[in-house]
Amino acid sequence: MNPVNYLYLAALLFTIGATGVLIRRNAIVVFMCVELMLNACNLAFVAFSRMHGNLDGQIIAFFTMVVAAAEVVVGLAIIVSLFRSRHSASVDDASLMKL
Amino acid sequence: MSTAAVLSAPAVHSLWTTAAEPVDKIPAPTIEYAQLAPILIVVGAAVLGILLEAFVPRRARYHAQLFLAVVGLAAAFAATVGLAASGHASTQARIAAMGAIAVDGPALFLQGTILLTALVAVFTFAERRLDPAHHGHRVDSFAAEAAAVPGSEHEKSAVKAGFTTTEVFPLALFAVAGMLVFPAANDLLTLFIALEVFSLPLYLLCAVARRKRLMSQEAAVKYFLLGAFSSAFLLFGIALLYGYAGSVSYARIADVVDGAVTDVDPALASTMGNDVLLLIGFALLLTGLLFKVGAVPFHMWTPDVYQGAPTPVTGFTAAATKVAAFGAMLRLLYVVLPGLTWDWRPVMWGVAIVTMLGGAVVAITQTDIKRLLAYSSIAHAGFILAGVIAATPEGVSSVLFYLAAYSFVTIGAFAVVTLVRDAGGEATHLSQWAGLGRRSPLVAAVFAVFLLAFAGIPLTSGFSGKFAVFKAAAEGGAGALVVVGVIASAIAAFFYIRVIVLMFFSEPKPEGPTVAVPSPLTMTAIGVGVAVTLVLGLAPQYFLDLAGSAGTFVR
Repeated sequence: MNPVNYLYLAALLFTIGATGVLIRRNAIVVFMCVELMLNACNLAFVAFSRMHGNLDGQIIAFFTMVVAAAEVVVGLAIIVSLFRSRHSASVDDASLMKL
Repeated sequence: MSTAAVLSAPAVHSLWTTAAEPVDKIPAPTIEYAQLAPILIVVGAAVLGILLEAFVPRRARYHAQLFLAVVGLAAAFAATVGLAASGHASTQARIAAMGAIAVDGPALFLQGTILLTALVAVFTFAERRLDPAHHGHRVDSFAAEAAAVPGSEHEKSAVKAGFTTTEVFPLALFAVAGMLVFPAANDLLTLFIALEVFSLPLYLLCAVARRKRLMSQEAAVKYFLLGAFSSAFLLFGIALLYGYAGSVSYARIADVVDGAVTDVDPALASTMGNDVLLLIGFALLLTGLLFKVGAVPFHMWTPDVYQGAPTPVTGFTAAATKVAAFGAMLRLLYVVLPGLTWDWRPVMWGVAIVTMLGGAVVAITQTDIKRLLAYSSIAHAGFILAGVIAATPEGVSSVLFYLAAYSFVTIGAFAVVTLVRDAGGEATHLSQWAGLGRRSPLVAAVFAVFLLAFAGIPLTSGFSGKFAVFKAAAEGGAGALVVVGVIASAIAAFFYIRVIVLMFFSEPKPEGPTVAVPSPLTMTAIGVGVAVTLVLGLAPQYFLDLAGSAGTFVR
């Protein structure tokens, strides 16, 4: 199968993720959409790696997975601590500093 | 990775399907430990800090962590100076660690700036005399136990037991390590990893304020979600550039952009003819970096994060992040994409203009001192962008100088903000600062010096920096940008002067805030800020020459 199709899929997934970040209101869901964007990047890396016939892209995909895991650790810690003090994970409720 | 680059697609495929032919030995990487010493020292100190957290008894941790952080940062700074003195900033510039990290003038200059800034910031982190002691334990700006719900029994018992979040020191060191790599990164993968290494600790640091923790957590969530969002953009940009050039190395991408490659295989021939990959990839990459420097239209997080984060963290973030991110942006624009200058300059013109004007105009309406400084930092990002746009060696060195001048003013200004307090912690509303000059003339005078430096009044570092940046921009053919910059500076001067007038020429309120007497730690931080501001303002020539000699990127 032509690897270019995987690039279209990656772009589609990235767009879905970005749209989700912009329209969803729950911090956890927003965060999952960011993860979807990172996975779309991974797919693009692997597809390009196949096209170019070098392994750089696949190695980068591993790095991205590790970074995504580290981001989950930090992100969930922050979101859970916010949820415990407010009993809500909605990004709209967190508006103490709005002008 | 370079050996893999010459394999053809079927050969790579065979790597994981059959072991028909023996795989070549993978050559062990060569790492130039001496040239990477500043980074390695800071990472080592951070890892040691984690071990201290695990093994040292709680009452001894604060002093052990503070000692380790200060020694680590000072040693790393000494290593940076040593590298620069041995010529790595000029004639001996090298690319180390198998092409991943550049050791050259701009990298060393920015690393030195980041290390000194971080050292001063660690002093403000360690301040424990501003709040009254709780249950006989001195407290700093950070929560007794960040995991405890604010106001709960759990938190009360943690406060009573005298817990402190000493993890902030190793977290800050990890952030510094990432920031040291960020402007020196010489391939896109290193760039991305460095970005995450310095961002993730900063998200956590934002969340651990002792006072006003709900605001602090809110700031952390906003910073985290938007930061992760922007780094996803950056990563997709990297993916597209990798697809375009078949490599993530800066030098290789630059060659492919210039069409100066000799070993073109069919796959590369098809992708390098596709400018869509290059332009979209580059735009996404630049989006990620502009987010980190807080340029309009990617500035939305700045005021909330600056206001909500614990003030020492705000100072550190504001100063050091900007240095690191502008360093990475300079290297990207000057090393990777000089062939695209005609494509990126118009875009950056637009961004610089809206950033300068947007930051300055919105700052006028602010009533909170931390938010005001946040919008002022946005305006300053615009001024620095003007120097970036110059696209000349003078542009690089003027930006280096501006960053060094700006970071010390910022840390000093936020350190002063921590001193003005009332019963609820820091008194950040501007109305509470009325008449401060009558009550404590020294603190108000010091803050006035910082504000004048922000405004770019002569005899302060702000003036030397702005002059260098605008001069480089004008000589680089961006005269109109300089006109806009001067107008924005005039608007910005209005609200800085307004704060000074408020402090010195209005009556103090009877139940106004008090000015806490800090320990020598914060005094040192503020003193260094004032000294650097005045020295760079009165006698800038030595430092301008230093930045000028450090303005050449290695390729």
